[in-house]
Order: sequence, then structure tokens, then C-alpha cells
Amino acid sequence: MSQAETAVAGAGRAPSPLWTFGILRSELTTTLRRWRTLALLGVLAAVPVLIGIAVRIETGDGSSPGPGGGGGGPAFLSQVTNNGLFLVFAALAVTLPVFLPMAVGVVAGDSVAGEANAGTLRYLLVAPAGRTRLLLTKYASVLVFCLVATLVVALSALAVGALLFPVGEVTTISGTRIGFGEGLLRAGLIAVVVAASLIGFAAVGLFVSTLTGSGIAAMAATVGLLITVQIVDGIPQLSAVHPYLFPHYWMSYADLLRDPVHWDEVVKNLGLQGLYAAVFGSAAWARFTAKDITA
Amino acid sequence: MAPNDSAGTDGGTRGTAAGRRKAARYIVPVAVAGVAAATIGLVPALANSGDPDLPKISAQELIEKIAASDTEQLSGTVKISTDFGIPSLGGLAESFAPGGAGGKGGSSADPQERMTELASGTHTLRVAADGPDKQRLSILDNASEYSLIHNGDQVWAYDSKSDQAYHATEDRVGKDAGKKSGHPVPEGVPTTPQALAEQVLKAAGPTTSVTVDGTAQVAGRDAYKLVVKPKQSGSTIGSVTVAVDAENGVPLKFTLLASSGGKAVVDAGFTRVDFSKPDASSFTFTPPKGTEVTEADDAKAQHKADKSLDGLIPGAEELGAGGQDAKDTKVIGEGWNAIAEITTPGGTGLPSKESGDVPAEAQQFLDALGDKVTGKFGSGTVFKTRLVNALMTDDGKVYVGAVTKDALVRAANNAS
Repeated sequence: MSQAETAVAGAGRAPSPLWTFGILRSELTTTLRRWRTLALLGVLAAVPVLIGIAVRIETGDGSSPGPGGGGGGPAFLSQVTNNGLFLVFAALAVTLPVFLPMAVGVVAGDSVAGEANAGTLRYLLVAPAGRTRLLLTKYASVLVFCLVATLVVALSALAVGALLFPVGEVTTISGTRIGFGEGLLRAGLIAVVVAASLIGFAAVGLFVSTLTGSGIAAMAATVGLLITVQIVDGIPQLSAVHPYLFPHYWMSYADLLRDPVHWDEVVKNLGLQGLYAAVFGSAAWARFTAKDITA
Repeated sequence: MAPNDSAGTDGGTRGTAAGRRKAARYIVPVAVAGVAAATIGLVPALANSGDPDLPKISAQELIEKIAASDTEQLSGTVKISTDFGIPSLGGLAESFAPGGAGGKGGSSADPQERMTELASGTHTLRVAADGPDKQRLSILDNASEYSLIHNGDQVWAYDSKSDQAYHATEDRVGKDAGKKSGHPVPEGVPTTPQALAEQVLKAAGPTTSVTVDGTAQVAGRDAYKLVVKPKQSGSTIGSVTVAVDAENGVPLKFTLLASSGGKAVVDAGFTRVDFSKPDASSFTFTPPKGTEVTEADDAKAQHKADKSLDGLIPGAEELGAGGQDAKDTKVIGEGWNAIAEITTPGGTGLPSKESGDVPAEAQQFLDALGDKVTGKFGSGTVFKTRLVNALMTDDGKVYVGAVTKDALVRAANNAS
């Protein structure tokens, strides 16, 4: 028996890179093929369509968007009529505070707890992958979902923006002009930065997911935590803790649209996300590898 | 049964050992968090220590250095924090005029309206200059930016939030913009730097102490600190510190401390500075198609730009205000303790309840803003900020100065 165990463990270790890709792939297909996930992505894709049509109708008679032409409403909205590319930035500005992290929270919260809930976690652990590697795979697939979700918003916005509004040279928010190609490049970079902004929150969700055996409880706790932190981030009296809250620098992606790019806060944001990923990722590891799996 | 029993006891001891090992795993996240916290706490402290070692220099030599500076090209990021002790101006303005800046008839890209924002809170600015003809200044907002671009005889302002632009054509506007946006080109200085330094020190003479107080690191550059302090008491200004680049004499940081202590009233300094030629494209602006452009007629533009740019050096406007209307204005005292006495034309002071032209709420609001004082001059209201105080007497005189409340009352008593 013990010989067999070591043999299996050895067999599991030997082809390790390919094997890891194998579970990552199966993990990804299960995650992305779920109806729940597809519905989430569908909602995310619908947001830019909604904004685009609303702005188009509002400005159809040549008036400026928003009441009184003021700077109200979400960021970048007033530039959308000049350049469809700005719909990408506007859509990300609208979805980043709530929709995107909520989708990520659902997927991350469900990642481990959902398996435990459905009674499939023990079968996953029977496979000789080891708990650490399983957890890493789970986290990797959540991160891939972050990127996919962001790209769905961005691409849907790009398509709608190009259909409904003129595209061409981009005026940066600093007032300088860059070509459409560079504008697209920056949009791509922004999508990646936005996806990376969710890394920390994904780690928090994963940690919460290892704490409970109920998928619903984990999702609710993760999303509840997100809302709580967002509220704390909005209270000016608590400004001392703001720089340490994971959503605090989320909107810093807009700094990539300045010319020259203002990196300070983008770097701070990425550093903070890395820190959250390290702390909560290792906490999830500590919990998951030491946990009694009963289901 | 026996094997089972032994397994049970074994399991027990193994259980506690495993439990300890399990608990030990939690050290990892705690350690990561601890290291991060320590890094966040220690790095700024380490970075701040160690002022650069620079050769000693006298105040006169330092002023000469500033005056002789011929740096015409620079770009950088400026952080400006102001705390005049005025409750948030932005919020106040918004509550009076719902709809914000854009709703007030004009363009939200109008420089005058935007520059007043700088008078409270913390802002990040970007400046770039290339000679006397090309400058730009941008206020970095959340996900938007307000840029003021001067190129030759063109002045553009662009507000990306509302997508509105403001355009003015006038040579003089630009020149002033250049000088006042922190750009140190000493145009039109008639004398040699040395003469100028002497002149400055002589003028400062009896009322002001000008010293060089050590060195500092600003935006990664070595700098001398020039400290200007009033010698008289009674001023609300504690000290003014200017950090000057040791190499090329460009002022890098400006700090104004109130005599009452506490946070700096104005703290403006480069967080990043680069003395190479900025990209030419940053000085060109073509309004994007569909952007609403407000054209300023020239006279108005000049007036506005001048005034708004004064706002860049917050306090300058208030301090200088007394001198501009020479007609009904007297200046009492000299140097830092100068108090402007302004006689309002109508001879009426603050609108009172009896006059009936002010709603009761507004009257209450005005009363809440000021402190009632009485003295030989009668009675009046003192409006206080951390820097500038004003006394409005009930018989229509206004005393304004960067002096304490007591000094204002004394001046009013002496004048009556």
C-alpha cells in the first residue's frame, strides 16, 4: 500500500509541468463553460451596449452628453461622442467599481467552496496533484477569468463604439493627440491593468472560499466584503486607511491615458494587488492545505 | 482491538503535532503582511534620512544662484497641498451653485474657475516648459485632467472631464503664464544676478531674516533651503522655505508655515523633475472634433488668465489685494505686518438683519463664519483663515492682512 502510494505520488510529480497544464485546462473549461459564468459575461458585455446606445440617443440631435454639458456622470463619458474608443474606457470605468469585481467574486468564492458544496472536492484531491497545486490552479483559473471578463467588456465596448461613433486619432486627457493605433495599444494595456487590478480581490475571494464548505456563503461573503471595502473607501474621515484598501487605486488606469503616462498610481495599484495576492494567497494556502476535507 | 487502540493513541499524538504544523502554516501570511507593513513604514523613513552634503553657501550667494539660473527647459510633477483653514472651498461652491462649474453659464474649461480649486486640498500638477514661449500646466484629477497650454501667442485650456476647451490669443497672457507657473526664467530682470540679490536682501533688511538653513533632497535632487522669516511678531506667517536646486538654482519646493504652527499652509514641490527638453507635442493642442470651444475676447482673456494665474501662488492674490485699489485703501504698518484698510464706498459694513436685503439664512451663515469683536473702533466681525485675517467693522471699514486677530483689532483701534 505504501509502495503504491509513493509510486502514485512519484508518477504525479514526474510529468509535472504538463500535468499542471492539464488540470488548469480542465479547470478553465469547467469554469468558463458554466451557465453561471456565461451569464455573468453576458451581463458584462451588455453594459457597453447599454451605455453606447444611451449616449447615442442622447446626443443624436447634436447636443452634448449629460445634462448641461457638465462633467457629471462616469469618467470619459463626455468624450465618447468624439471617439468611439473612449467607450472602452467609459465602460471599464462603469463596470470596474461593481460589476467586474462582483463577477470575479462569484467565480473566486465558488472556486473551492463550490467544489466542497457539490461533494467533488475530495475527488479532485484523489488525483495526485497535491493541494498546493490544486489551489494554484484554482487561483490561476480565477485570474484568467479576470482577464476574460475585462476583455469581454473592452471588446464589446470597442465594437459598439466603432459602430455608433466615429473613430480616429485619439485626444488623450492631457489634450495631446496620439494615433488610433497607439490608442488601441493603450486600450489593450488598460484592459490588462484593469484585469490586474482584480488580482488582489481574487485572492481574497479564494481565501474566503477555503474557509467555508458552502459556495453560496463564500460568494455572498466575498461580494459583501467588496461592498464594505468600497464604502470604507468612500468615507473621507477614514482617509488614513484608504491607501491600503484594494479598490483604492482601481481608477488609476485612467493615468495611462495621460501624455506622458503618469505611472505613480498605476505602480502603487499593482504593488498593492501583489501584496494582497501574497497575503491572502498564502492564507488560503495555509487554510486549504491544513483543512479536513469532509465533502 | 489492540491495534486499533494503539492507532487511536498514535493518532492523538500525531494529531497535536500535525495541528502545530497546521498552525505554523499561518505564519506565512502573517509574515508576509508583517514584512509589507515594515517596508511601508521604514522605507520613507530611510529615504528621508541623510540630507545631502553640500558646500556651505550664504543667503546672498543662493539668491544670486536663483537669479542667474538660465534653465529654460524642464518638465516634472508637482504636488501642492494647501490648507488655509477654509472649510473645503469646492464643496462650498458646489452647494451654492448646484450643477458645478460647468453649470455656471461659462465653460468649465475657463481657467479662472479651475484655478481656484488649487486653494484647498492636495493636487498633483504637471508642468513643462521649453523657453519663454512654450509652457503647459496640467492639474491631474481623478480620471480626468485640466490642461493649460501656452504655445507662442496661443493659449488653450482643455478640460477632459467635460470635454470643453477654452481658447485665447494674446501674447502677454502667455508671458505671464510662463512666469507664474513656477517657471523660473528671470526675463526682464534689469540688473545682474548679484545686484538683484543685494537688492532683495536690502529690501528684506529690517523686517525679514533671510538665511540658508541646511540642505534637502527634493525630487531626487540636492537642494539648499532658503528660509525667509518675519522678524516682527504679529504676523500669521511663520516662515517661508524655498528649496533651491544646488546645481542650477531652480526653486524646487516652496513651503509656507503659519506662525500658529501645525500643517504647512502651502506646500508645493516637485516630486519629479527633469531638465531635458520636453517633447514638442506636449505644447500643441488641437481641439478634438465635437469639443465645445469657448473663445475668449482678448481683453477679457488677459484679465482672467492674469487673475487665475495669481491663484497659482495662493495667498498672493489676497496679500496683494490691498495695494490694487489705491482709491479707498490705506496701508497701515510695513513689511509682514502691513494691514490694508479699505473703506467700502457705500459706507455700510456687513449687511445686517435690519437692511433686509439679505435672507435670514445667509445672515446666519455670515455670522457663523466670523467672530464678533468689539473695541475702541466700535464693533465688527473678524473672518479668520490660517493666513489672512480680515476685520469688517460695522461702520463699513475692512482691515485685511496676514496678521493675527489681535493685530487687526489694534490697527483698527489706532485708526479710529
